[in-house]
Amino acid sequence: MKPDRSTFIAWLQAAPMMLVFGLFFILPLVFVTIVSAWDYNEYEMIPAFSLRGYTDTFDGCIAGLPDLCTILKTYLKTLKLCLLTWALTLVIGFTVAYFLAFHVRSKTWQIVLTLLCTIPFWTSNVIRMIAWIPLLGRNGLVNKGLEGAGLINQPLEWLLFSEFSVVLALVHLFTFFMVVPIFNSMIRIDKRLIEAAYDAGASGWQTLVDIIIPLAKPGIVIGSIFVVTIVMGDFVTIGVMGGQQIASAGKIIEARLNALQFPAAAANAVILLGITILIISSLTRIVDIRKEL
Amino acid sequence: MGETRSRSFYFLAAFFIAYVLFLYGPMFAIYVLSFQGPDGGLTFPMNGVSLTWFGKVFSGGGIVDIGAAFRRSLQLGLVVMLLTVVLSVSAGMAFRKSFRGASVLFYSAIASLIMPSIITSLGIALEFRLFDDFMIKHGSDGWTTAMGLFTSGLGAHLTWTLPFGLLIMFAIFNRFDARLEEAARDLGATPWQTFRHVVLPIILPSVVGIGLFGFTLSWDELARSSQAIGSVNTLPLELQGLTTTVTKPDIYALGTITSAVSFLVIFTALIVILVLQARQRRHGSDAGQGML
Repeated sequence: MKPDRSTFIAWLQAAPMMLVFGLFFILPLVFVTIVSAWDYNEYEMIPAFSLRGYTDTFDGCIAGLPDLCTILKTYLKTLKLCLLTWALTLVIGFTVAYFLAFHVRSKTWQIVLTLLCTIPFWTSNVIRMIAWIPLLGRNGLVNKGLEGAGLINQPLEWLLFSEFSVVLALVHLFTFFMVVPIFNSMIRIDKRLIEAAYDAGASGWQTLVDIIIPLAKPGIVIGSIFVVTIVMGDFVTIGVMGGQQIASAGKIIEARLNALQFPAAAANAVILLGITILIISSLTRIVDIRKEL
Repeated sequence: MGETRSRSFYFLAAFFIAYVLFLYGPMFAIYVLSFQGPDGGLTFPMNGVSLTWFGKVFSGGGIVDIGAAFRRSLQLGLVVMLLTVVLSVSAGMAFRKSFRGASVLFYSAIASLIMPSIITSLGIALEFRLFDDFMIKHGSDGWTTAMGLFTSGLGAHLTWTLPFGLLIMFAIFNRFDARLEEAARDLGATPWQTFRHVVLPIILPSVVGIGLFGFTLSWDELARSSQAIGSVNTLPLELQGLTTTVTKPDIYALGTITSAVSFLVIFTALIVILVLQARQRRHGSDAGQGML
């Protein structure tokens, strides 16, 4: 087969997927960017250049100084939720991956236990959120248990529809995204390196810090990118678990959309996208993703 | 690493068990609660055991038309599964050679995977809205909208499932022995025969895995559908809507039914994968078995 013909066939094979991403991903992003600079009124968007979407978003930000305006407060809150979730998923995900990679010795058990962690990922996120209600609600198991034990006199209100329940649900849903890439990096570590460290007199802690963590870094970075981008744009978990009371970057966009203010929604999407790209690009400085697949 | 289990093993094993309980515990709580008695509420204790709430879901009493949403999600899930498998395998084959736009496609897939879903959803909604406006303005009489389950909705789901499919294909071909294909070619097989009789049987278990991802991710998809699905709702969207209004366990019953479909698909897929792998091991080599 001539090389140019084989390239052409390869291109044909890839074309359907290119078409889908072009039509439903690249082009929509282009429209988001364009529409973000359009004018709008109460019920429709007007195709004329205007930065109203952006100025409305930052309305009162300068006049209101030194107090933070709504949008900045919302972003700070989103970043806080993001950091908390990131730290927790990282610690839990790393520990679970470490156990699977270094302590489970048989291949079969490794597969079975990895599957056990994966199966919930294939089930509905909404249901996994609702599932916390009977546990954390005012009459839920936790409150009933604590009352029964005499530890509290009245139900704890902050268990459900609070930042606590949001972070709990986010960790519950997305630790998987940390476990898989970190595990993937860990099983590629040459076991002889660890034996060598042991023979050279390294303690378990030294081996972990000086050998395993540096070699698992690509997985840690990839997992972090997943978790950070998911949480930054999340509006479903924060909506359901926050009782629709907690604002977030994603929820602003949703609210603008529900008000049919498309340019304002698009402007917020561009801002969110900018921040997300900033975070990702600083994370990818640390590691080349493509090499890790 | 000694032969006996160290103390850290027991600590980590306990941590792992706690994590698994954390993963599954809440889910099982609602499966149990969906069998609440007729007077039961949203929380424990169980007030008798009954199928009342399942009956409620099936009869549609009180809840929006769940049956229709169920069928829509099922149809969409199957179409997404099929397209994810075909497009991923096809593109996966393409990535083994070089072609124009390979890195653009790769980075599009990665970007699509990590793009905040609300942005993708908003973009697709805008795209279709602008298209509709254009059609109406330029004299297409009676045009309402191109938005729908199998246009914008399907596209939104594919932006979520295809990256997984492609990454699985990369993982497969990283471990694939290309000499098998060369051998087939040397024996005079056409490219299609090579694919059909050599490559496909080897990668089949993983292809079933891609299908599993395709269906389950679509079946549960919510964020990307939210703005891009048009006038009808999928099952997860109905469920999310119910979280703010429902005060009775029928939402748990619906959750249990939805999960039952997920588990059915997951275990069917896993069994098929196991059977295929077992068959591969049995038929893996015909060395010494004579000519057939």
